[in-house]
Amino acid sequence: MFEILEKEVLAPGIKKITVKAPLIAQKTKPGNFIILRVNDEGERIPLTVADYERETGIITIIFQEVGYTTELLGSLEVGDYIKDIVGPLGHHLELEGYQRVVCLGGGSGTALLYPKVKGFYEAGAEVIAITGARTKELIILEEELAEVSNKLYITTDDGTYGHHGFVTDILKDVLETEEVDLVVAIGPVPMMKAVSEMTRPYEIKTIVSLNSLMVDGTGMCGGCRVTVGGETKFTCVDGPAFDGHQVDFDELMNRLTYYQEEEHQCRLAKEVNK
Amino acid sequence: MAIQKEKTPMRSQSPEERIKNFDEVPFGYNKEEALREAERCLQCPKSPCVDGCPVQVPIPQFIKALRDGSVEEANEIIKSKNNLPAICGRVCPQESQCEKVCVMGNKKEPVAIGRLERYVADTMLEREKNISADTAEKNKGAADMALEVKKEKKRKVAVIGSGPAGLTAAADLAKEGFAVTIFEALHETGGVLRYGIPEFRLPKKILDQEVDYIKGLGVEIRVNHLVGKSVTIDELFADGYEAIFIGTGAGLPRFMNIPGENLNGVYSANEFLTRVNLMKAYKFPEYKTPVKVGEKVAVVGAGNVAMDAARTAKRLGSEEVVIVYRRSEKEMPARDEEIEHAKEEGIIFKLLNNPVRLYGKNGRVARMECVKMRLGEEDASGRRRPIPIEGSNWIMDVDTVIVAIGQTPNPLLPKNTPNLATESWGGIIVDEKMATSRKGVFAGGDIVTGAATVIEAMGAGKKAAQSIKEYLEKEK
Ligand SMILES: Cc1cc2nc3c(=O)[nH]c(=O)nc-3n(C[C@H](O)[C@H](O)[C@H](O)COP(=O)(O)OP(=O)(O)OC[C@H]3O[C@@H](n4cnc5c(N)ncnc54)[C@H](O)[C@@H]3O)c2cc1C
Ligand SMILES: Cc1cc2nc3c(=O)[nH]c(=O)nc-3n(C[C@H](O)[C@H](O)[C@H](O)COP(=O)(O)OP(=O)(O)OC[C@H]3O[C@@H](n4cnc5c(N)ncnc54)[C@H](O)[C@@H]3O)c2cc1C
Ligand code: SF4
Ligand code: SF4
Ligand code: FES
Repeated sequence: MFEILEKEVLAPGIKKITVKAPLIAQKTKPGNFIILRVNDEGERIPLTVADYERETGIITIIFQEVGYTTELLGSLEVGDYIKDIVGPLGHHLELEGYQRVVCLGGGSGTALLYPKVKGFYEAGAEVIAITGARTKELIILEEELAEVSNKLYITTDDGTYGHHGFVTDILKDVLETEEVDLVVAIGPVPMMKAVSEMTRPYEIKTIVSLNSLMVDGTGMCGGCRVTVGGETKFTCVDGPAFDGHQVDFDELMNRLTYYQEEEHQCRLAKEVNK
Repeated sequence: MAIQKEKTPMRSQSPEERIKNFDEVPFGYNKEEALREAERCLQCPKSPCVDGCPVQVPIPQFIKALRDGSVEEANEIIKSKNNLPAICGRVCPQESQCEKVCVMGNKKEPVAIGRLERYVADTMLEREKNISADTAEKNKGAADMALEVKKEKKRKVAVIGSGPAGLTAAADLAKEGFAVTIFEALHETGGVLRYGIPEFRLPKKILDQEVDYIKGLGVEIRVNHLVGKSVTIDELFADGYEAIFIGTGAGLPRFMNIPGENLNGVYSANEFLTRVNLMKAYKFPEYKTPVKVGEKVAVVGAGNVAMDAARTAKRLGSEEVVIVYRRSEKEMPARDEEIEHAKEEGIIFKLLNNPVRLYGKNGRVARMECVKMRLGEEDASGRRRPIPIEGSNWIMDVDTVIVAIGQTPNPLLPKNTPNLATESWGGIIVDEKMATSRKGVFAGGDIVTGAATVIEAMGAGKKAAQSIKEYLEKEK
């Protein structure tokens, strides 16, 4: 059982919680994730460790309420418990050896991006962070990102804040004007796909973090499989970060839709039971 | 009185009834049936049956005790060799082990050793349940205290994985007086017994009882610990564990590597069964993990895993479930009973066929192209090699495909453990004492042999426990 120590609403539908999980806090590096199960009836869902403190054993999770389990998690209050958490899972990112890194986050993907931005910055790279959302109130972690990056650009689809447009607009300018040796993109699949397409002609290494559906997270079920460079990989143990120029994004998008009806049923059941 | 030729039949749910529920299929013997079956044993002095059992259960002795009216004694005799008889009685491939060599089998049907083992174990579990909760509670308090006192002085051993190999090793080591901690990656214990073998074949309450028994021996169980990630072998040593047993199983699903395999509706058997068993998707939406089977399901493979997947799909309401297998009936690796049950339940067998391509519609699998096969010469495994018949391709409509063509050892732990020698196919290399290339690290079960059986995994766990004991005595 893992107790929720703090809870904060970052934006409508985007919440941050901290949990005491010393073993995970000890081990996590940027890029790792956990799998949690809220209660006995619950699904196992993967979430990135957004931040961690080795001394206190506390980890931070930032999540967007998109369906049944994330909403249930969002309904928990300080003092409530999460039944199971396992981690850290997946490979962490190699942070060393880069001069100038561009990190792009879309929507709640920004939460997943934060630990990487911080990691690269602390490893001594010059970090350009670009974060975007549909509208101003969905922009999260602005201050935190500003603290751990050399430059921070903000975009909104509706122009209510920052640049009016997409994160890729800014990326385009940066690529034209600066020497970049790594691009990291985390967010909705279409955004990661667009970024990867944009960097391809520049031949700049581009890392994306995939959000496949998962069950066990230990390489046992194959449910998280994706095609990378023509080969089947398991996101949970081979990823979650992959070379964006090699990923079959269309296949991933298709696989993410498979349970839409059932997810809808779960939410309906919740409405009825309210 | 002449000896009864056939095994005493076991009553079970009718096929029409059982495909609508997940309750256990065979009911098990009652006392009268058990005694009737026990009478069939010839009490052979050479008892070949014992050698047929991978853990050498003293079969005639336990059957005699049963005949003499002492289930307790029968139970003790079985438990001297087999910690999990309620499970083995249900899932052992008896026809290729103990019952295969039973003398009765020469002319008539062999003694139903597995069913008798199940009867003894179930009767004991039933009795234990009936011991008044009050005494149990009192005893528990005392036991806990005794445990706390002893624990301080005990030497620590870590067991990784809570499948049959790990559970057996842990139980034996605890009985030898070591402080044992099991580390399990998932949120529940049992390994394949929990996530793979379905409720209708192995009710989870039996597994729970066995796990409770092991906890009662003082074994500590830490779930949600993926060793290699949450904690490494070296860190376990640093933490004071003096020996380590690895029983992490063969959890890596094999895929066919044919076009279309990543379409929606294509599952590995592991994923399909894990969703249903571990995550209880068969109780969706009460339990929140979804699983989706369509009207027409193809299961590729013909082992126990394939039968379990096919019968599960049937119970989830699929209209037509087809087993597609590239060899013939004779080569099917599943237990006889599972194949029989599957047939009774209306599973269709399309043998000597191999899938070559999957076609999708709107992102979901819609058709499967197969090529017909014939059998050629025997291969290294002693089975006749399947050869595709050119130009025989045909197409079947499907909306779900479950791939059950085998599992290989889970590479996660070996990959994250320096200097742990493995075979090219991933199995951890051990010597005759189950010792790995790392000092103080032992391994057994499917992680060593590749996908095998419950009883072999238990046998390995037992052997490793003995070696660990010897090792620790030497290392004092
Ligand atoms: C390695 C990894 C790290 C992740 N880290 C985070 C994180 O830090 N914060 C966060 O908010 N989310 C993260 N996700 C995504 C998160 O796991 C999903 O949002 C969550 O599983 C949805 O569960 P649900 O029951 O609430 O929604 P569901 O009811 O399962 O789904 C609701 C909707 O979301 C879509 N969906 C379902 N699963 C995913 C998914 N994995 N990715 C994208 N869309 C999905 C469905 O198609 C559906 O339309 C991560 C995913 C992975 C694989
Ligand atoms: C569907 C199915 C049906 C079967 N039916 C039969 C049958 O009828 N009869 C029969 O005899 N055999 C059957 N088998 C085979 C049998 O179940 C296995 O041979 C047996 O379970 C192997 O036991 P094990 O202890 O080696 O591994 P497993 O049972 O696989 O257990 C390994 C455990 O280790 C855990 N683990 C893995 N990696 C780590 C890690 N890094 N850290 C911590 N924990 C870890 C896993 O989560 C798992 O719980 C079946 C198998 C399947 C899949
Ligand atoms: S453990 Fe299995 S093989 Fe051994 S006697 Fe029992 S049923 Fe037969
Ligand atoms: S071989 Fe068969 S008949 Fe003989 S002792 Fe064993 S079980 Fe009994
Ligand atoms: S989530 Fe099961 S293999 Fe990755």
